[in-house]
Amino acid sequence: MTDPILSVANLHKSYGEGDGRHSVIAGVSFALQRGECYGLLGPNGAGKTTTLRLCLGLTEPDDGEIVLVGRQVPPDARAARTRIGVVPQGDNLDPDFTVTENLLVFGRYFGMADADIRARIPRLLEFANLAAKADARIGELSGGMKRRLTLARALVNDPDLIFMDEPTTGLDPQARHMIWERLKSLLGAGKTILLTTHFMDEAERLCDRLAVIDHGRMIAEGAPRDLIARHIESEVVEVYGEGAVAWGEQAGRALSARVERSGETVFCYTNDARPLVARLQEAPAVRYLHRPANLEDLFLKLTGREMRD
Amino acid sequence: MPGRFAPPRFSLRFVPVWRRNFLVWRKLAGASVLGNIAEPLITLLAFGYGLGSLIDKVNGIPYIEYLASGAICMSIMMASSFEALYSAFSRMHVQKTWDALLNAPLDLDDVVLAEMLWAATKSLMSGLAILCVMFVLGIGLHPTTVLVVPLLFAIGMTFASIGLVINALARGYDFFTYYFTLVLTPMIFVSGVYYPTAQLPDWLRDAAPFLPLGAAVELVRPLILGAWPERPLDNIAVLAAYCAAGFYVATVLTRRRLLK
Repeated sequence: MTDPILSVANLHKSYGEGDGRHSVIAGVSFALQRGECYGLLGPNGAGKTTTLRLCLGLTEPDDGEIVLVGRQVPPDARAARTRIGVVPQGDNLDPDFTVTENLLVFGRYFGMADADIRARIPRLLEFANLAAKADARIGELSGGMKRRLTLARALVNDPDLIFMDEPTTGLDPQARHMIWERLKSLLGAGKTILLTTHFMDEAERLCDRLAVIDHGRMIAEGAPRDLIARHIESEVVEVYGEGAVAWGEQAGRALSARVERSGETVFCYTNDARPLVARLQEAPAVRYLHRPANLEDLFLKLTGREMRD
Repeated sequence: MPGRFAPPRFSLRFVPVWRRNFLVWRKLAGASVLGNIAEPLITLLAFGYGLGSLIDKVNGIPYIEYLASGAICMSIMMASSFEALYSAFSRMHVQKTWDALLNAPLDLDDVVLAEMLWAATKSLMSGLAILCVMFVLGIGLHPTTVLVVPLLFAIGMTFASIGLVINALARGYDFFTYYFTLVLTPMIFVSGVYYPTAQLPDWLRDAAPFLPLGAAVELVRPLILGAWPERPLDNIAVLAAYCAAGFYVATVLTRRRLLK
């Protein structure tokens, strides 16, 4: 195995002073191999964005070691960032510029010559499906187009590794699928992606490996299917309707390996759902959905069902 | 990443950031230049001729010339402060342009330096527009006026550096109103722009040359009127001190704000 393109060891970061001091990252370690898509999953406030900022050298860790494209971060972060592309959580395109100007001006920040950037721009626009919008102003673009332009901008320096902080938050399904398809083609071209998300379908589709982070700690790591198989029963029966809670407390508990309740819905986890389904067909005032366990079930099991803000 | 209190690290990487701001300015230059010329023209005509017809001469100088040679420093101060406050704040906090810059191989120090030099550049452009207006009115047609051009840039750098300190502390645009009304406006009235500092109480008169605008006026006015400043090195030292201290504090405070 070659050297990882990014390795993070025993990372710690706290904020605040005195009694108000709280730990945001408490001992996170992981490594990305070239060509893989690695996901950081976690509820809001789990430390995903802080981890990305630490890896980019935008804030100093209290402890731990980060090596990004062979360079120590933060001391050598600026040089490391020449090989990195970043798609931030919120769009920060330049509203005063056209689509083309956004790419040109951003390329200059990497020390690229205007002629080299201009030579790349048609390909980037084509990749982002924005060739027809080359001279449009940012205000004329839809949310999906802005995200695609932000992605194209992150590629202006032909990076080896792309950081993506919740790349599809706020997009409609069509726009999300288009972004996913673009990311897959980047992976196909040998790029490495570090992705944060709280969309489980996104993580399941894109990530070769992922880490679940909560309260600044990594609580699970592996390939999505392996993680599900390791941590959770293979099938789920969701029971809802007027009688769901009462049914779940009795028959549900008796026939499942594990039962969880969220509001008026009962989730029965099991490796063999046949007895549950047979019983449910006779049960009054309930409806049910039988499905394979997915990443969301894993996520909720590991991080709990309570709200995070 | 330098330590929070480390001296600013200068590099030529600020150039593409400066160019970014220049490109935006060029798109809007028409309206900007018109404002740069109209505002001082109106001030000079209204105060210079209006008030000048009552006052005639100040220290033996026609009032409009006295006013113009001080007001150009005030305009530099205002243009540079405005850029370092409102415009830089919208790039830093509202549009998040600085966040995008920091994801590229630029350090925050490069960004702060670029903003400081850009604000000075923009103020110099309004300063040059005002010089043109003055030449049309027959003011400042002396060889010594050539020396004013680099000085105007230095004055712009000084107020940009101080402005970026306020920018780093600001929670919103309202904060800047305090700076303009409580710091800059009073400074105009004690720095000899509209009337000689000799009219002030003794303690204020003695303090004026230690204010950045007071030092700027003492430097620039005689040069525009075709004479030499009385104590140019002292004035330059005052400006340099504000500029260096302001830039250092602005860099440290901006690091504290953004690199946490």
